[in-house]
Amino acid sequence: MLHIKCPHCGMRSQNEFSYGGDATVKRPELGKEVSDQDWDNFVYNRKSLRGKHWELWQHISGCRQWIKVERDTSTHEIFNTLKATEEIS
Amino acid sequence: MQKYSIFNLVKNAFSNHDNWDLAWKDPTPKKEYDVVIIGGGGHGLATAYYLAKEHNITNVAIIEKGWIGGGNVGRNTTIIRSNYMYDDNALFSEFGMDLWRKMSQDLNYNVMFSPRGIINLAHSDAQMNVYARRGNSMRLNGIDAVLLNREQVKEIIPMADFSDNVRFPIFGGLMQPSAGTARHDAVAWGYARQADSMGVDIIQNCEVIGFDVSGGKINGVRTSRGDIKAKKIGLCVAGSTNILAEKLNMTLPIETHLLQACVSEPVKPVLDRVVTFGAGHFYISQSDKGEMVMGGDLDGYNSYAQRGNLPTLQHVLTEGIAMMPFLSKLKMLRTWGGIMDMSMDGSPIIDKTHIEGLYLNCGWCYGGFKATPASGWTFAHTIAQDRVHELNSGYSLNRFSTGHLLDEKGLGTKTWIS
Repeated sequence: MLHIKCPHCGMRSQNEFSYGGDATVKRPELGKEVSDQDWDNFVYNRKSLRGKHWELWQHISGCRQWIKVERDTSTHEIFNTLKATEEIS
Repeated sequence: MQKYSIFNLVKNAFSNHDNWDLAWKDPTPKKEYDVVIIGGGGHGLATAYYLAKEHNITNVAIIEKGWIGGGNVGRNTTIIRSNYMYDDNALFSEFGMDLWRKMSQDLNYNVMFSPRGIINLAHSDAQMNVYARRGNSMRLNGIDAVLLNREQVKEIIPMADFSDNVRFPIFGGLMQPSAGTARHDAVAWGYARQADSMGVDIIQNCEVIGFDVSGGKINGVRTSRGDIKAKKIGLCVAGSTNILAEKLNMTLPIETHLLQACVSEPVKPVLDRVVTFGAGHFYISQSDKGEMVMGGDLDGYNSYAQRGNLPTLQHVLTEGIAMMPFLSKLKMLRTWGGIMDMSMDGSPIIDKTHIEGLYLNCGWCYGGFKATPASGWTFAHTIAQDRVHELNSGYSLNRFSTGHLLDEKGLGTKTWIS
C-alpha cells in the first residue's frame, strides 16, 4: 500500500487517490503555432522514467485536489509532494 | 538435436535420462551477427525462430538481460484468443490462432494448447448488443463466435452467480469456442530450443548498455558482455521498452505499468473454460494442476517494480467473487506482478523506426502472450524484408500522429483509465 502525503490533508492511503500520469508534460501554449510533433508529444509520447518520476495524483476521496508526487517507479518510495500550483524545483 | 518422441523417451530411460542433449547452448557472443534480437521473452524467441525458419537467416543472436522466459512470458495468465472486432486486430490474432494450433508439432515441444473456449459475460441489454456486433464482425473475419443467452451460459458455467439479487446479473455472453490456454513456459522453451538448433545464439545474462548509431543507421549494440555489431536490431523488450528507447533518444507512446495476477490453491476440476467478467476487469481459468488462475486491472501508476500492491488485488478479486461466489472459500497460493508496455490506444506496435536497421516490437498491454507466434512471425518478416507485412501494417508507430488509432478496447489515450 502506498502512503501519499497530501499537501492539503496530510498522510493518506493510496485508496483515496487516483492517478493522473506524468506531471512534467506541458500543454502547448494557446494562441501560438503548434507543430504536429508538439501535439504528439503532449498527447501520446511519454518518457516513463525508471527511477524518480514526478506525477499527478488526485485526492479523489478526500479534498479532491490535484497534487504532484515525486515517486520512484522501481521501488515505489515517495520523496516529495506538492500542490498542483507549485512548480517542481 | 534429439527429437522428443516416445522412442527417445524409452531409449533414454535405459541410461537414466543422463544423456539428453541440452535444450539450448550457452554460447559466448560473437563480434558480429546479421540480426540481433534484444529480449529473450516469448516474442524475441519466436522472432528468432521465424527468422531462421521462414527467412533462412540463422546468424542471429538473442540477448537477454536475465534468463529467457523470466519476464512476462513467465508471468501471464496464459489466455489465447482472437475475439477482436477491428480488422487489423482480428486478422492478426486469427493468423496467430493457426500458429497456436500447429505449435506443439511445429516445435516438437508440448505447449499444452488447450482450446477450451472463452466466454465474455454480458451484464446488460446494451452489452449484449455490443457483443452481438463484435461476434458478427468476428464471423465476417472467419473467427468462430457464439452469442449465448443467460440459460446457455448457465449450462456451461453453473458455478457463476445466477441468483436474483446480484448487482450485475448475467444476461448472456459472447463465446469464442476456439480460444483457450497454453503452457506459457513451454512456449518460450520450445521456441528457444528450435531456434538454437537452427543456429541462433541465445545469450543470457547480457544487458544492453547502449547503441551504436551513426548517420541515421544502427551499427551495433553495447552490452555488458562486449560490443556486438549488427546491421539489423529488433527490440522485443516489453516493459523495458521505455528504458531502451531513452538510450536511443526516442520518446514513445508507451507507459510502463504494473499488472498483477494470482493463483488459488489447487482444487478439483470446476471450470473448463476461460471466463471474463463484463462489468469490470477480471478473468479466470483453471490450470491443469487445478489452481484458479486470475487477473484483472493494472495497479494504475507507472512502475518497473514487478510487484504489486494489495488494493488492486482486493479490487480485482472482489469482482471475481461477485461473478463466482465460491472463490471466496479458496486460499490464495501465489500473487505476482509483471511490467506492461501500455500503448496509448491499447494496441501494439510492430514497425520500422526512423533509425535504419532498428525495428520495434512493443505496446502489448494486457495481451502479449496470445500474440507470441503472430508477433514473432510478423516481426521476423518486418526485419528480414525491411518492410511490414500486411498483417502488422495497422500496428504502425506513426498511427498516433496520423490519427489511425486502433482503440479497440476503448481504453483511449490514457492508459490508467481502465
